[in-house]
Amino acid sequence: MSDVTVSAGPVFGRRDPDPRGYFGAFGGRFVPETLVEPVERLTAEYFAARRDPAFLEELTGLLRTFVGRPTPLYEARRATAGTPVRLFLKREDLAHTGAHKINNALGQVLLARRMGKPRVVAETGAGQHGVATATACALLGLECVVYMGTDDVARQALNVFRMRVLGATVIGVDAGTRTLKDAINEAMRDWVTNVGTTSYVLGSVLGPHPYPLMVREFQSVIGQEARAQILRDAGRLPDVAVACVGGGSNAMGLFDAFVDDPGVRLVGVEAGGRAITPGNHAARFFGGHEGVLHGTRSLILQDDAGNILPTHSVSAGLDYPSVGPEHAWLHARGRTEYAYATDAAALDAFQWLGRTEGILPALESAHAIAWAREFIVARREPAVVVLNLSGRGDKDVEQVKRMLDAEGTAS
Amino acid sequence: MSRLATRFDALRASKAPGLVTYVTAGDPTPAVSADVLLAIAAAGADVLEVGVPFSDPIADGPVIQRATERALAAGGNLGVTLDIIAKVRAKIGQPIVLFTYVNPVMRMGTDAFIARAASAGVDGVLMLDLPIEESADLCARLGTQGLDQIFLISPTTSDARLAEAARLGRGFLYVISRLGVTGARDQVSGAAAPLVERIRRVTSLPIAVGFGLSKPEHLAEVAAFADAAVVGSALVTVIGEAGADAPAKAGAFVRWLRGR
Repeated sequence: MSDVTVSAGPVFGRRDPDPRGYFGAFGGRFVPETLVEPVERLTAEYFAARRDPAFLEELTGLLRTFVGRPTPLYEARRATAGTPVRLFLKREDLAHTGAHKINNALGQVLLARRMGKPRVVAETGAGQHGVATATACALLGLECVVYMGTDDVARQALNVFRMRVLGATVIGVDAGTRTLKDAINEAMRDWVTNVGTTSYVLGSVLGPHPYPLMVREFQSVIGQEARAQILRDAGRLPDVAVACVGGGSNAMGLFDAFVDDPGVRLVGVEAGGRAITPGNHAARFFGGHEGVLHGTRSLILQDDAGNILPTHSVSAGLDYPSVGPEHAWLHARGRTEYAYATDAAALDAFQWLGRTEGILPALESAHAIAWAREFIVARREPAVVVLNLSGRGDKDVEQVKRMLDAEGTAS
Repeated sequence: MSRLATRFDALRASKAPGLVTYVTAGDPTPAVSADVLLAIAAAGADVLEVGVPFSDPIADGPVIQRATERALAAGGNLGVTLDIIAKVRAKIGQPIVLFTYVNPVMRMGTDAFIARAASAGVDGVLMLDLPIEESADLCARLGTQGLDQIFLISPTTSDARLAEAARLGRGFLYVISRLGVTGARDQVSGAAAPLVERIRRVTSLPIAVGFGLSKPEHLAEVAAFADAAVVGSALVTVIGEAGADAPAKAGAFVRWLRGR
């Protein structure tokens, strides 16, 4: 099979939610009155765009020439040496800007331009979605404002600088827990104030309908390529597809291509943080309750009164109290399973992949690596694993150094 | 007839400008907050809106965000809000409307929430992030307990959705006079009067106009075209600056708004 086959673009219209945006009991559209019309208009525009050959041609063309798709599928042979497991890394870290986020940002900024909006707002946690949105806005000539919690600004200073160099305005959000959740609050407040001129480019499979659908479909290019590549390289479907899950867009992008293949285990790895106790983690499938946050009904880490709990993760991109509604639905149907990796396990995995394969993963992706590492150790029979290496770790090197210095364990 | 309908009928009959006040429950503490409600009622507010403190108030500007943080830090939440209302209800003749985001209600359970709200003496419920499309079931269940569901109408609300809000809404319609989050402004939005006119064409429900109103002149201006004006952030600012003295200061502020 040639690379022409794997350069197929994202897929659209394959598994839509119901007309009100529900995946089973999850999803929907829970927004203040002022945003209802803008969200409905966005839905109509998105549904028109995804059927428009000119829009799709421009998107897939840019994915190829600007983003550098298809990204490779790389077999990590040293990591599995002496074991019956074959581990394939889907190299989203090699996409332009260093993470999968660009697949979605490019699609949504193209949509904003199509809608005639001159201004875009976005939130960011680790900074990857902010950088991707700033990049797409620079490419297409739109004004870009990125909201970022001040705690995240501190731990991702380099990404803040990257966004500014790309021409974006970065606004620190010094409210609440000063992380991704609060950045989304502030981006939504900006959007509700400036709906006439502004489009909200949401970075994960979260938020009111159509965002969970739209973001998954823009990210579906990951799974489309990976499926063709693993059939080419391993001659069969994988036993396991695994990815880290913050909001869950890189995981949905990968899982999408395998949802209808019952033989493929779909594993999402959440942030276990310091421990699975309130305020110390971001593992929604380990203690979350159904509720509504940021416009969508899903599983949420919250207290008995329905207030959202603070979360903790070494990785800013996974540090979020809710999860994409389609994940909650696939989990309720028994189609996906979720695990968690602690901060310590992710840090170990970050170094392990560096030493054994010469690849520094983003701390987010290192959570999936940590799970795969345990799987490789425990597995006695042959297995093929596809892991979404959603981003590169350059952004995290300084933070990792600080943490290892503090532990006195840097080798 | 509900307390809200009775109050708005009386306002219309007397041609008096109505005043709806908003405060965040539990700000600065649950105990002081109860006294604030009593003081505002005594000072002559027509309808008392009571906001449930929620950790992620996406529709609120900085003033109410800070009030929410004070209330949460003092132990405020949905249950405590209902306790505060239950405590003051017997001493307040005016209708009380609960303002809340949907998540605390879901966590309590809709049926438990409605039962507790009814028994606390709540008259109406406004759910900030529950659109009309998601509201039919809740409206019906609120109705069985004699509670009114209040809807927001914004400059972006289409005619079709306005008709639906008029059909399902009870008590009054709350008109957001401008795009954006809550917060005091210097002037009444020019969009308010035409929007109210558009609403009058489809419903006889009373109309309260809010978002940005902060002084007696605003109330007089709004009284020319709506049934009532809502003052929130300006009052919450007074409470935030007053601390333990909040009941007296809030009462004085409402009398000032009233020109008394």
